[in-house]
Amino acid sequence: MQIKESSEIYDVIIVGSGAGGGMATKQLADAGLNVAVVEAGPYFDPADPKTMTQLKQPYDSPRRGAGTDRAFGEWDMSWGDWEVEGEPYTHEEGTDFKWWRARMLGGRTNHWGRISLRFGPKDFKGKTRDGHGDDWPIGYEDVKPYYDKLDKLIGVFGTNEGRENDPDGFFLPPPKPRLHELFYINGAKKSNIPVIPGRLSMLTKRINNDRGVCFYCGQCSRSCSVYADFSAGSCLIFPAQKSGGKVKIFVNSMVREITTNDEGKATGVSYISKDDRKEYKLKAKVVVLAASACSSARILLNSKSKQHPNGLGNSSNIVGKYLHDSTGASAAGVIPDLMNRKTSYNEDGVGGMHVYSPWWGDNSKLNFPRGYHIEVWGGMGQPNYGFGFDPNGMNKYFGLKPGGYGDSLRDDVKKYYGSVIGFGGRGEAIAFKENYCEIDPTTVDKFGIPVLKFNYKHSEFEINQAKHMQDTFEELIHNMGGIPLNEKPGKDKDYGLLAPGQIIHEVGTTRMGNDPKTSVTNKFQQLHDVDNVFIVDAGVFVSQADKNCTWTIMALSWRASDYIIEQLKAQNI
Amino acid sequence: MDRRKSLQTLILGGAAAGTGLVFNSCRTENAETIDEAIIAGSDKYFGRTPEELERIEKINAEQLFNEHEMETIASLAIVILPPKEPHGGPIEAGVPDLVEFMGKDIPEMAPTLLGGLMWLDHKSNTEFGTEFKSATLEQKKQICDEICWHDIEIPLEKQPLEIQFFYMMRGLTVTGYYTSEVGIAELGYKGNSPNVWDGVPQDVLDQHGVAYDPAWIAKCVDQSQRNVIAEWDENGNLLT
Repeated sequence: MQIKESSEIYDVIIVGSGAGGGMATKQLADAGLNVAVVEAGPYFDPADPKTMTQLKQPYDSPRRGAGTDRAFGEWDMSWGDWEVEGEPYTHEEGTDFKWWRARMLGGRTNHWGRISLRFGPKDFKGKTRDGHGDDWPIGYEDVKPYYDKLDKLIGVFGTNEGRENDPDGFFLPPPKPRLHELFYINGAKKSNIPVIPGRLSMLTKRINNDRGVCFYCGQCSRSCSVYADFSAGSCLIFPAQKSGGKVKIFVNSMVREITTNDEGKATGVSYISKDDRKEYKLKAKVVVLAASACSSARILLNSKSKQHPNGLGNSSNIVGKYLHDSTGASAAGVIPDLMNRKTSYNEDGVGGMHVYSPWWGDNSKLNFPRGYHIEVWGGMGQPNYGFGFDPNGMNKYFGLKPGGYGDSLRDDVKKYYGSVIGFGGRGEAIAFKENYCEIDPTTVDKFGIPVLKFNYKHSEFEINQAKHMQDTFEELIHNMGGIPLNEKPGKDKDYGLLAPGQIIHEVGTTRMGNDPKTSVTNKFQQLHDVDNVFIVDAGVFVSQADKNCTWTIMALSWRASDYIIEQLKAQNI
Repeated sequence: MDRRKSLQTLILGGAAAGTGLVFNSCRTENAETIDEAIIAGSDKYFGRTPEELERIEKINAEQLFNEHEMETIASLAIVILPPKEPHGGPIEAGVPDLVEFMGKDIPEMAPTLLGGLMWLDHKSNTEFGTEFKSATLEQKKQICDEICWHDIEIPLEKQPLEIQFFYMMRGLTVTGYYTSEVGIAELGYKGNSPNVWDGVPQDVLDQHGVAYDPAWIAKCVDQSQRNVIAEWDENGNLLT
């Protein structure tokens, strides 16, 4: 079979259309460059009524929203979850990693939580701060101008609080707290835990005439049909096309490798079309990887050639190393003062927390080096599959017997509706070289491309941090007069610490640095080994923070895009 | 994703904007136009991919329960959650269809459901000389009374099949009811519709003994200005 080669030479090929790829598409196309976006999944537009799940009723589906086909429930707008059919990944024995892949235009930005936190000055200088991990080759001051522009371009609500490591920005006004959030604020106050308005990329106020304003259905995970939340398609790629940019989108196109010439420079990519299962080649002056931290590492490792026998950009042997995800642990409690609620009003709010707690602790006095933030959930949400499956299970906390049947079940359901508050702790894990992904030469996906094998174990730091989360959650529930649901997980269960990957903030596999021996890209996200290949996903992160990674992915992608434009103009690449 | 769509693998610049209907509505945005556009555009679908639709069709083409079993499911469901005016009960909520669908969608549930239905008839025949569905309400209740309490100290899967069966049927009945149109009306859930959130009503705050902090509220969105395009000064202070 001959590989089909296109004669057109693009200025830039961007692999992946999520947060990083979307931003690069917007910036590079706006600069007049001829851009090809290569996406492994199908086309997706949140406004297309055929695929829309927003505002569906549970009874629109025969399974009432159950998660049989989609791991986060059938309304969740992610095509692909922990498993993608025909595309396995493997593990080193005794280690664990869960890998979420969304195969669709816009990728995981179509369903993500929209929690949009800037990294603070300390987050770029981990080693200087406490001796763990490494410093980034850049600091907050390098990224700040891009965060500022990003806030204005995409829109994020929040408030300027003047906190040292949770920088201020250009915020839209936040929504008022919901009832359970008022309970949380009061409960946290008793333990001197700070609570501030949430920071999420949803439009509580108009930012331009192309996107709608939030209408408070609480369903951002379903992707907003009026583009009132951030998704890479609706907010970056479509606008880039609309303003006349040269953007060609290749969907259902699974990149196999980056192709190179005799000098070792990249010439483009080869990909498998999912439509005819044939291999194609695209050519470009510059290749930008934005396939997600692990997928980009996979592509580099699979791009072996005479010039790059260890994979592209991997002379350091660092590609795939330093993989780390946010830590996560959770708890929930029933709050008697929140029982027997009036259902007279709609409190869906935005699809996420109206308030949260940024990290407040002093790690020098704790047995773990980095912090976490607390996300809060609760309220009278839409009933879906599972609602009331154990309708009076909470009776046991009130000296009553769970079970039975009859009219009383109706009373039980109403008594407990909206009375539970839950917490998610999301923390920073230390990046270790020993946690990595690599190519598993024994296994290929259904396109014949060798897959990733993961090797990741939590350290004592993460486990100690999870214990602190559990102790804090217990105290908060107590402060609210509540009763914890479920037994508090102990040491035997690593204090409820979730498996690596489960928070879906994986970063670090192609980290940036000044030394080509210990990093994959330079501080402009350009491969040390090949000057016309860039990485604009979370692979370049030297460290995670106690923040979510998306806002930083986009700020850095914008910064790298500016550099690419500059270098192309100067004919350096 | 489908064949027709994949022919459009190459989507050229400018052609990708959303459906005109919804897109236009956000220009002159108000809750009514958005609502109408979404309802008009999407009544036939519930957002499935072609692969997902195929799986649903496959499930629908199979039959798990025979007619007798479906009737038994219905008669048990209305004992578990008796209908009540004005919002009906499990039959109006489509509970038997949900049980049939989930028994195939999650095949692990099928043996418990099938076995439990057999147990019900066996028990009813032994005690009352009639199948469960034909027993009197009092007889049905007598049977249910024996199996409706589970031991909360022991994992459910270690308890007798009939206990597991009743727990599952109660779960499916209550879930099916409260995820239906009538059940949502009964619950009083007001969400899943476009609105403008402007805080918890005063009577609810009073009922639960909480209040808004005026300093906090001062930072929150002024909903009368939501359609005015945001502008900031150089320090990030919102001007509009």
